[in-house]
Amino acid sequence: MTTDTYRAVEQFLFDEAALLDSWQLADWLKLFREDAIYCIPSLDSPEKGPQDSLYLVHDDMTRLGSRVNQFSGRSMWSENPRSRTRRLVSNLRILSQDADEIVLSANFAVFRMRHGRMDTYVGHYEHRIAPVQDGFQFIERKAVLDLEVLNPQGKVSIII
Amino acid sequence: MELHMNEVDAPVVIDDLANATFKVNRQAFTDPAIWELERQRVFDQCWLYVGHESELTEAGSFLTRKVGGRPVIFVRDGEGEVRVFFDSCPHRGNSVCRGSRGQADRFTCFYHGWAFNTKGELAVVPDPVGYGPGLDRSKLGLGRPPRLEHYRGLYFLSMKPDIVDLRTYLGGAIPYIDSMLDIAVADPVIAAGEQAYNIKANWKLLLENSADIYHGHFTHMRFFTEFLTDVGADLDAWRKIARGDDQNRVETFDYGHAVIDTPIGPLPLFSDKPEVFAKLNKALVEKFGADRAAQLLGRSQNLLIFPNTVMISSWRTIRTFYPVAPDDLECRAWAIVGAEDSPELREARFGNFISFLGPAGFGTPDDVEALENCQRGFAAAGVPYNDLSKGMGRPGGAVANDELQMRAVWRRWAELMDPDFEPGIEKSAAMLAAAE
Repeated sequence: MTTDTYRAVEQFLFDEAALLDSWQLADWLKLFREDAIYCIPSLDSPEKGPQDSLYLVHDDMTRLGSRVNQFSGRSMWSENPRSRTRRLVSNLRILSQDADEIVLSANFAVFRMRHGRMDTYVGHYEHRIAPVQDGFQFIERKAVLDLEVLNPQGKVSIII
Repeated sequence: MELHMNEVDAPVVIDDLANATFKVNRQAFTDPAIWELERQRVFDQCWLYVGHESELTEAGSFLTRKVGGRPVIFVRDGEGEVRVFFDSCPHRGNSVCRGSRGQADRFTCFYHGWAFNTKGELAVVPDPVGYGPGLDRSKLGLGRPPRLEHYRGLYFLSMKPDIVDLRTYLGGAIPYIDSMLDIAVADPVIAAGEQAYNIKANWKLLLENSADIYHGHFTHMRFFTEFLTDVGADLDAWRKIARGDDQNRVETFDYGHAVIDTPIGPLPLFSDKPEVFAKLNKALVEKFGADRAAQLLGRSQNLLIFPNTVMISSWRTIRTFYPVAPDDLECRAWAIVGAEDSPELREARFGNFISFLGPAGFGTPDDVEALENCQRGFAAAGVPYNDLSKGMGRPGGAVANDELQMRAVWRRWAELMDPDFEPGIEKSAAMLAAAE
C-alpha cells in the first residue's frame, strides 16, 4: 500500500463525515455502489452475521434510499428538527487491498446534540470500498458500536 | 372510582364510567414516592418475564439479567433444568457471575472465593477455619426468587410466594402467546442480538405505547407514508386499520393483561422476498391448517402482559422493561424466530423486524422521541391529568383504536397500589360479542 492510497482513503472518510455532519444526505448516498449495504450489528453479538443475529441496521440501497428520504421528510420526529452532529474518525488501518476492493477499519466517535443533551456513539468501522474514477464507493459500510446498552442514547436515529 | 395515595392530594386515577372519563394524574409518571411504592406493590406482586429456554442452549449455559430491578442468573443446571438465582454472594454480597453470558459448571465469587454449583448449592468455602456450627452450608446457597414457572419455555419469576400459578395468571392471554410462538414448523427460539436501550421516560408510558393504534397514524407516519411507499407496499389495508373499518378487536383479561387484535397490512416480510414468504405460508398451512395459518400471518396482535412484558406479532418480538427512576426505563427486546428457519427466511424475519422495531428502525425511534417528550411535557405541571377516555363513549363497546387496553393496565395498577380501589368494569365490543 502506498502512502498516497492511505491518504486518499483517509480523505474519503473525512469528506464522508463532513457530508453527514452537514446533512448533505443526497450527496452522501452517491458514495454507495448500487449493491452496497449499510449495517450496524447487534450490541451483544457484533461478531455474528446478518442471518445469525438481529442487526440494528441492515440496509440495502432501497432501504438506505428510503432512510435518506425519511430524513428529508417532515415526520421523522426523532430527527425533526435535526440534531447537531460531529464525527471524529481516526486510527485508520488498511486491512487488505486489491484492484477491486479495499478493506479498512477506523475508529469513530459520533456526538449528537439535541434537547440540551449530548449523546455519544463510540465504535469502529469495518468498511469495504471500491476504487472508482474519482475516489471510492462503499461496497459495505459497517459501523460496530462498542456500547453495551444504548443508555442514555435510547436510539440510533442518525447515521452512525 | 378514584385512587388516592397518601403522597399526593389529588386523585391519581379517576375512573368514572358514568361520565365516560378516565384520567391519570401526571404525578403517577413523575413522583419518586409512587415509583418506590411500585416496586413493592406492583412488581413484587406479579409474574415477571425472565427469558426463554432457547437462550440456554446446553447444560451450564447462563445469562445474567435484571428482573424487577434485581440482578439474576438465568442458568441451565448440569442436569438440564432451568433455574434462576440472585446474582449476589450470600457471604458478603458481591456478584458471583463474571460476564453476561457463557458456560459454567460453577459460579465463584472473586471476593473471598466462595463457589456455587449450577444448582446454586454452596460448593466451596476457602479456609473454613474459624466458623462455628452456625455455618450451615445447606442454607448458604445462592438466593432464589420464591416462584419460577414457565409457559412454553417463557420463564417468569415472582417475588410473591403465594401468587397464583403462571398459567392462571396468564389466563386469557395464553391463546395470544401461542400466536406469537406458532411461527414455524420447528420450535420458536430467541435469536441472537438483544436490543438494549433506555428511554428517559416513565415505564408506564411504554406500556401504554406498546398497544396503541391511535398513535400509529401520526407518530409512525414516516413508516407508512414514506418507508412502505418507498418499498412499493399498498397502503390501503393500513388506512382501513387506522380508521377501524375492519374488526379491530380489543380484549382485557384478569390480572391486568390486554390485547389488541387487528388485520395486518403489507409488511416487508410479505413483500421483500415473496418466494420465501410463500414457503413459510405453505409450511404453516401444513403444520397448523389453513385457518390457523391465515390467522397467524393475516392478523396482528399487540399483547400487554401486566406489568412489564409486551409481545407483538407483526414483528414477532418480546420485550420487557423496568424503571430505574421515575423518568428512566431500561428496555430489553428480542426477536422470536423458528429453530430451523432457512437462512433466507431468517434474514427476511430480521429485515421485517428492524424495518420498524429497535433503536434504528423506522418506527421505534419516534416512539422513544414521543415518550421522552411526554415526560418533558409533564414538567409543565399546569396540566395535571392525562386523558385515557377514548372508547368509553363508543356505543357497543371499545375497539382496538380506543384506549381500553391502557385503562385495563391502569386499573390493575391502581388496584395493586391501593386494595380499596375498585376498578370500573368495562367490556369491549369483542368481549360483548363473545358473551352473547
